Order: sequence, then C-alpha cells, then structure tokens
Amino acid sequence: MFGKLTWDAIPLHEPIIMYTLAVVGLLGLAVVGAITYMGKWKYLWQEWFTSVDHKRIGVMYIVVALVMLLRGFADALMMRTQQAMASDGSPGYLPPEHYDQIFTAHGVIMIFFMAMPFVVGLMNVVVPLQIGARDVAYPFLNAVSFWLFVSGAVLVNLSLGIGEFARTGWVAYPPLSGIGYSPGVGVDYYIWALQISGVGTLLTGLNFFVTILKMRTTGMTLFRMPVFTWTVLCTSILILAAFPILTATLFMLTLDRYLGMHFFTNELGGNPMMYVNLIWAWGHPEVYILILPAFGIFSEVASTFSRKKLFGYYSLVWATIVITVLSFIVWVHHFFTMGAGPNVNAFFGIMTMIIAVPTGVKIFTWLFTMYRGRVRFETPMLWTVGFIVTFSIGGMTGVLLAVPGADFLLHNSLFLIAHFHNVIIGGAVFGYLCGLTYWFPKAFGFKLHDPLGRAAFWCWLAGFYFAFMPSYFLGFMGMTRRLNHFDVPEWRPFLLLEMVGVLIILCGVACQVMQLVVSIRKRHENRDTTGDPWDGRTLEWATASPPPFYNFAEQPVVGGIDAYWGMKEKGVKTLAEMDFRKIHMPRNTSLGLVLGVLSTVLGFALIWHIWWLVIASSLAVIATLIVRSYDPNTDYCIPAEAVERMETERRQRLAEA
Amino acid sequence: MSHVVHNETAREQEHGHEDAGSLSLFGFWVYLMTDCILFATLFATYAVLGQSVAGGPSAADIFELPYVLVETFLLLLSSITYGYAMLANHRQDKRWVLRWLGVTFLLGLGFIAMEINEFHHLISEGAGPQRSAFLTAFFTLVGTHGLHVLVGLIWMALLMMQVRQRGLTCVNATRLSCLSLFWHFLDIVWVCVFTVVYLFGVI
Amino acid sequence: MAREPKTARRLLWMMALGTVALQLSGCDMVLFNPKGQVGLEQRNLIILATLLMLIVVVPVMIMALVFSVRYRASNEKARYTPDWSHSRLIEAVVWGVPLAIIIVLGVVTWRSTHALDPYRPLASDTPALKVQVIAMDWKWLFVYPELGIASVNEMAMPVDTPVDFRVTSDGAITSFFIPALGGQIYAMAGMQTRLHLIANHAGDYTGIAANYNGPGFSDMHFKALALDPAGFDDWLERTRAAGRQLDGAAYTQLAKPSIAHPVEHYSKVDPHLFQSLIDKYQGVNRSREVERRLSDSQGQSPQGSKE
Repeated sequence: MFGKLTWDAIPLHEPIIMYTLAVVGLLGLAVVGAITYMGKWKYLWQEWFTSVDHKRIGVMYIVVALVMLLRGFADALMMRTQQAMASDGSPGYLPPEHYDQIFTAHGVIMIFFMAMPFVVGLMNVVVPLQIGARDVAYPFLNAVSFWLFVSGAVLVNLSLGIGEFARTGWVAYPPLSGIGYSPGVGVDYYIWALQISGVGTLLTGLNFFVTILKMRTTGMTLFRMPVFTWTVLCTSILILAAFPILTATLFMLTLDRYLGMHFFTNELGGNPMMYVNLIWAWGHPEVYILILPAFGIFSEVASTFSRKKLFGYYSLVWATIVITVLSFIVWVHHFFTMGAGPNVNAFFGIMTMIIAVPTGVKIFTWLFTMYRGRVRFETPMLWTVGFIVTFSIGGMTGVLLAVPGADFLLHNSLFLIAHFHNVIIGGAVFGYLCGLTYWFPKAFGFKLHDPLGRAAFWCWLAGFYFAFMPSYFLGFMGMTRRLNHFDVPEWRPFLLLEMVGVLIILCGVACQVMQLVVSIRKRHENRDTTGDPWDGRTLEWATASPPPFYNFAEQPVVGGIDAYWGMKEKGVKTLAEMDFRKIHMPRNTSLGLVLGVLSTVLGFALIWHIWWLVIASSLAVIATLIVRSYDPNTDYCIPAEAVERMETERRQRLAEA
Repeated sequence: MSHVVHNETAREQEHGHEDAGSLSLFGFWVYLMTDCILFATLFATYAVLGQSVAGGPSAADIFELPYVLVETFLLLLSSITYGYAMLANHRQDKRWVLRWLGVTFLLGLGFIAMEINEFHHLISEGAGPQRSAFLTAFFTLVGTHGLHVLVGLIWMALLMMQVRQRGLTCVNATRLSCLSLFWHFLDIVWVCVFTVVYLFGVI
Repeated sequence: MAREPKTARRLLWMMALGTVALQLSGCDMVLFNPKGQVGLEQRNLIILATLLMLIVVVPVMIMALVFSVRYRASNEKARYTPDWSHSRLIEAVVWGVPLAIIIVLGVVTWRSTHALDPYRPLASDTPALKVQVIAMDWKWLFVYPELGIASVNEMAMPVDTPVDFRVTSDGAITSFFIPALGGQIYAMAGMQTRLHLIANHAGDYTGIAANYNGPGFSDMHFKALALDPAGFDDWLERTRAAGRQLDGAAYTQLAKPSIAHPVEHYSKVDPHLFQSLIDKYQGVNRSREVERRLSDSQGQSPQGSKE
C-alpha cells in the first residue's frame, strides 16, 4: 500500500537529524503562525502563489534560494567541523554513513537549489524590465518552472526526515549510484529532485531565450541590449542545449535502478564511463550557466558605480558568445585521469585553456571601466572588486588544472575543491549577492542598509580566503576530497584555519540576516521614490520601485546602449507626450502551484515505489494540463484609460515625495 | 490633458492573437530542438553500447526489416495525412480537418501497436532490455520515440475534441501547428532510428 | 567611509600574510617533494603553468588595487572620462597577451600530455616490474604476475626500477594514487587502465584511493615501499614465507566488504586472477573474438546464429 515506505524511514535514532527536524519544524510553525496571525494568507495566495508576474516569481525564487543557502551552509559547517575534529585518527562526530550524505547534499543543494534559483530569480526580476517588455514570453510556464523547482527542493528536504539522501557525491557516478551499491532510496531522492526541477529549468531557458529574442522594445537591437541581458541570453542557450542531456542521463540511471537495465552497470555490457561523459557534458555548461549572469551583473554594477560607460561592450558580448560555444567542448577535463589517452586529454586541456582568454578579457574590461571613472564604493561595488581579485585566482588555478599532466596529481584533491569554490563563491555567489543588493530597491522600493552590507562583504571575503586558501596547500600535501577521517597531523592546522574561515563567513551571513531585518524596519526612511536609487543606466531604472505590474505604461523607444542614460540626458517624457494603449496581461492561476504539488507527490511516490500513487498523480498532472488547455480566459485587458489613470497617480506621488 | 488614448481596433486584436500564436509556435520549435538533444544523447548511448551484447542476441539476430518497413510506412503516411489536415485548416474546413486527423490517429496507433508487438515478442524470447547493454540501449531509444508518439496521439485526440467543440479558432490553429511540428519531428527521428538502429544493425 | 575599511584591510592583510608564511614555512608538501621521475615532471608542470598565469594575474591584482584607490569618487584630482569606452590598443593587449600565453601553455600541454601519458612505458635500462592492482571494497590487492605473489594494502618495488601497473576494480570506480611518486589513474570494473611510475628514492610512501567509492573510502590507503635491492629481496622472502594461497575461495573471502583491512601477504596466486576479474564484468573493450571464445568454452551457441 505504501510501497517501501515504513515507519523505519524516520531516523528516530539519529539525534542530530531529529534535533534539526525539531528546529526546522518549530521555525516552520512560527512562520505559518505569524502569517496566520497577520491574516496574510489571502494576500499571499492572490499576490504571490498564484502570480504569473515575473517580478513576483523572481522574488520567490530568491527567497527559496536564500533559505537553501542556509541549509547548504549548515552542511558545510558540519563537514568542516568533522574534518577538523577527525584529523588525528579519531572518528569525529559524524560516522561515514552520515558524512557521505552530507557532502552529497551540500553539493546538490548549493548547485541546484541555491545557485540555480538565485540566478533564475535575478533573471526573472530584471530581464523583462531591461528589455522594455511587460513580462516574459510564457508567463504561465514561468510559474510552472518555479513550482517545479520548489517541488525538487521539497523532495531534497524531505529526504532528511523520511529515508536518506544519496551517498555518492553530487554527480552520482555509477556503479556506486546503481541499485547494487545504493539499494536505498537516497539516490532515488536525488534523481527525482533533479529531474523535476530540471524540467523547470529547461522551461526557464526556453522562456528567456524567446523573451529576449522576440519581446525587446522598439529600437532595442541585439547590440543595444544591456550586458546582463546578453549573458542571460547566452545562459538560456546553455540551458536549452545542456539540460536535455541531464534529463536523458538521469532517465537512463533511473531505468538501470528501477527496471534492471544495463546502461551503466558493471555487468552485461554496461559502461559507467558513458555516464561520466554524459553527466559532465551537462555539468560543464552548467557551471557556465551559473557564472555568465554573474559576469553580467558585474558589468552593470561596474559601469553604474563608476559613473562611466562600460568599457569594451562589443568585446564583452563576443567574449560571452565565445565562452558559450566553447563550454560544450571541454567536458573531459573533469576526468583526465580516466585514461582517455594523450590526444583526447591534450585536446580538451587546450580547449579549456582557450576559455580563459575571453574570461580574462572580461576582467580587463571591468577594470578599464573603473579606470578614469568616479567609483562609489557602496556595497555592490565592493562585491565587484572582491570578485575581480578572488575570481582571478580561481581562474588561474583552473587553467592549471586544465594541464592534464598537472591534473594527474591534483584531480579530486583539496586543490580542486579550493579551485571550484574559489570560482563559484568568488564568482557566482559574490555576483548574486551583488545583484541582490543592486536590484533590491527596484523590487521592494527601499534600499538595503549599506553599512551592514559592507560588513557582510568583508566577512564573506575574509572568511572565504581563510576557508579555502589552505585547501590549495592541503591539495599539495596529498589530501584527497570526501575523506571522513584521517591521521595526518600536518593537515590539522590548515583544517582548523578553515574552520575559522567558515565561522567568519557565518558572521557574514548573520550580518546579511540582520541587514534584512534592519532594512525592513527602516524602510520608510530609505524609501526609493524615484525608481532610480543608483543613477542607473539601463531600462529597469526607468520604472517605479517597485514597478507597476504591467512594468511600462508605454514601452520605451530605445536609441542606443545604456538606454535609460540616454533617456535621462534627453529628458524623461512628460505625461502629455505619452501614448496610452490597451495592455494585455496574463491572468493569475493556481495551476502552477497545483502542478508543483502533484509533482512532489509523484516524485515521492516514485521514490518509495508506491505505484498506485504514481499512476494517480501522473493522471492528475495530465488532467491539470488538459484543464489548462480548455481555459479560454488566460489573459485580460487593461483599458487605456485605466493605464492613463495609474500613470497619472504615480507621477503625482513622485512629485509629492 | 492632451495625451492620446487609443482603443484597440478589431484588426489590432486579431493581430495580437496572431502574434501570440506565432510566439507559441516559435517557442514550441525551440522546445523541439531540446528534444532533439535528448534523442541525440540516447543515440550517442546507443552508438557506444550497441556492440555490448554480453553473449546474447545482437542486432542482426533480432531485427526483422520487412516488419520495420511496414511500421515506417505507417508513420510516414501519417505525416502526409497530417499535412492534408493542415491544408484543410487553411481552407477553414473543419470537417476534413477532423477526418484527416482521424486517419493520422489510426495510422499512428497502428505504428504503436506494431512496436508494442515487436517489444513483446523480443521480451518473450529472452531478448528484453535487461539482457544486455545493447538491448537496454535499443529498447530505450526506440521506446522513447514510441512514448513521444503516444503522447502525440493523446494530444491529437484531445485536439480533435477541442476542434469539434470549438471549431477552428486562432488558438486551435496554433495548437494544430504545434502538433504538426511535433508529429513531423517524430517522423524525422524515426528515420534516424530506422537508419542507425535497424539498417546499420543488420548490414 | 575612508577610515573604516583601512584598518580592517590592514588587519586582514597581516593575517593573510601570516597565514601564507605559516603555510609555506615548515611544511613538507608531498606534491612538491616528489620521490620519483614522473612526479617530478608533473610538479615542474604545475610550477611552469602557475608562473605563466601570473603574467596575467599579477597585473590584474595591481590594477584592481590601484584603480580602486586612484579613481574612488572622493578623489577629485583623478581624471574623469565618463564616455571613454573604446581603445583598440587595450583590446589588442587584453586579447593578445592571454592568447599568447595560452598558445605557449597549449604547446607545453600537448607535449607534456604525451610525455606524461600514464600508459607510456618509462625509458629505462632496467626492465619494468609488473604489478596488477585490483581495487576492492575497501582495500587494495596487489598481484605480481611474474613473481607469483600477492599482497593486500602493501606493495613493494625496488628503487630506480620502473613499475608497470595494470589497474582494475572489482566494484565501484575509484582512483589509484601514490602522491609521492606521481599522478593517479582510475580503477574501473571490467576495464584495465595502466600507470607507469618509478621511485628514485627509498622510502615508505602512502598510497590512497582518490575517488570516493563508499563508506570504507577514508580507510582505503596502502603502503608503497621503495626498497633497495636487498630490501626488496627481503620483502619477497617474507611474502613467500606467508604460506597462504590466493585461490578462488580465498579471493571470495577477501572480496567481502571490509574497512581498514590489515596488511596481508600471499605466497601463491592464480596467474589469471586479474584477467578473470575483467572478464567477469564482460568488459566493454573485449573483442568479439574473445567473446566467441568464451561463449564457446561455456558451451553456449556462438553469437551471431539464430535459433
């Protein structure tokens, strides 16, 4: 009746997990209680959960990403503590069965449920505004994407309390991830969480690809788009080309596990090397999906906060395109040591190094944007300079690892760990936190408290260096990754230093939480009434903060790069000059949320082999889609007079402020 | 105030719907390209695992080309009949749209029936997907294509109902175009399957 | 704004420098103290690549610092050119210099990847010692096919003698790595990978598994003893004196999952053990010829014929 699910699935005898569940449960109850007390359920339902508005969906993505950041960070704290404690031969406090789940969960959560939603959230909030559009091309699909992502995140978190998570590392190589070596539900949680949220991501890529190509406002040719939009376009292409590979590969692993097939098994002709190739053919574009929008964010911020035109716009765009193309022909560098032969290894090594060239060009373009500018070091600019310094080191060690002969010594070592955290934290995470600070006033109408933001930055920067620079040396000292315990006294001081680093980052996170609280408290003092708190250059700053749900009363006509800067120089249009027309907007719908819930049930049923529920929820999903297809009222019109009225009111409020 | 307030003309409204239709079609095309990559991954896997017969039956042992030829003709013919359905749609001829769709549906159903029969036969002979990596790859590649065709058939049935109930509206026209893309795409994939799997396997 | 980051920055710089000094000072970093030719060449590659990269990275760091200070908004004296965004010269340099470095590094990569190919036998007058390595859960089995002996979690080699490792796995994918001697190679079931190493200094070196393969991963290390000729003969004698045979039954017992397995020696080993393990998994790289031979010997009808 319940498949493999029994009461034993709840880890009652694991105190750490039970305490965590208790805390999370209490926090959850507190949040639910607070919402109920304030009577906000209807508001949340109508304005957020059923919304198809890209701005709302973007904010929701980021909220979930930040929550998952806390979970992934907790995993990191646990891992660092274990390694610091267990460096003298003692077992530490986490037995391998748990530690192995924690490092797997850490990687999966940080990549799929923190970084991806963070970047997708920023894309959602900003891109339609930057291109002068009213929404994305497919608003309903956008909502579906979000709720499918939530479904995946819920599944990953359920694995903590019901069952277990995978113990294979975040890319789950077979045969270890096959049914023979991982008979439990852990790998199944992994598979279905990734498959379901992966569909959401693919739809997002589709959405933004079409939106950017088809919905730019008049006059915005491709080479007048902001750099962030360019990077999102290239990221969307990467998503479209890479995520089907992930879908197919996980599908094949599923068939091996569920139906006893032999794609990646050791026996009867299966070939685990095929999985390794396929998963990295997806995996490498994936990390470029994470980093390219960060590059875009830094381009916007460097220009705005240096009060200067971005240097080398065309170089930046072409460099982005080159990186996009090249990212598909470097994947073997993730497994030079698998024995591919020198010709293959050398080819992929050289291709990997070539990617360093356009990346280096970008760094110089940002530096030369600062050159002869007037640089204001508010929080976003601090993140930018911190990124330039930190990412350069990470990029350098990446090129080093791209030399197969060197990689033979450094593969899977802590040197590798240091490298990818260097580029992901120093590049992607710094970028997202920068973007969060930069665009927060646009989304919410008030700035974040700057001093706490700066404190957070310094903690993150210092914390990062202490937490990861020693790892480069640990790699040189022969320490490999994913070790649960060891007896090498030389490693101990480095590991203790890294613990200190993680605690400094924790201070940074605490500063950010405080920043949020303080900023919300002081929001009336820090209100952004102009819509343009940073003296920005791109179109999103031409709207109110937050923008009206239709974004632009009249879609602007663009004359060049830095469209809004040009508009400001010419003088913003008066009400009298505006041309009001009817606006079509998509209707809110609960079907996105419904699909998310059904997907969660479907995933859970598949994990626990509850077959009747699999069939029932699958049919329900199909039924939901059919219901949607019969709905004739998926959008509505705002009459021109109403638009005129809302615009007039807005301008009056601006004049009074 | 002397600003201008427009009200949309009927032409603009129709134009708006056409725009929405072409946007849907473009997006569907992009989705099909991702489906292409999905199939490409399965093809690549088949190429790598195709010789791993683990002492069991190989391609030459199990493929019967005449049978596959009939399957192929069913599918290719169904693409032609779908084309006639689209022509009828351009003529705004609801009756013939439904008739041609019905024929397409039956041809597609025939294809699926033959494929299920082939699979059943192979499994009962001990040449199921669990027997070897080659058979795993074969069943998955061909089976995934078959699943897509099945989804297409369900979609077709639904669309026929919606056309019957609501006529050849703008929305339905867009949906017919999308399904048309889907159906022809599956045809092309089948040609690749036929060539790479069946023909190359036997030669 | 001007004072607060200055003190913080100074403090951080001091801590960072101190850390680096501490780390570089009294520690023996095994990858930088290789005991064998292969490891030496790989280390030199790391140093060369790093130096080449610094040609770009050092200017970036300097510019980041200098530009941040010189062009900060409060410095009214610096030149301000808000619309300047093009320079052919700068473009040429920022595309050209990294490209040149990568071309150099690319040539180095091509050459070194071929020279350091783990499958390539090492040039030496001494004939290579053949060692077969089998990664098991969670221990290493070493078989010396030409000497007829085997050992678990310990292997020995004579100094200045190239060793020809043939590596496979009886389970999950892992990686065979002796950090002091040179790079690693994956161990995979049904497949044989190869690695050539040489120890130019006597010593006890740690070998590890460098790819996670399950709960016993952390304890999956072994000792690689580089011994002078007399010492190696001693080790051989001790192993032969163990008197245990690694036959089918003993292997089955050994193959049971175990963590932190003690060192064991076998004086006799089935010479076909390694190949039979590969064949057991019906490895991908087997030719049809081998398959036909096997299926014939097992009494099945040869593949390719219909019932």
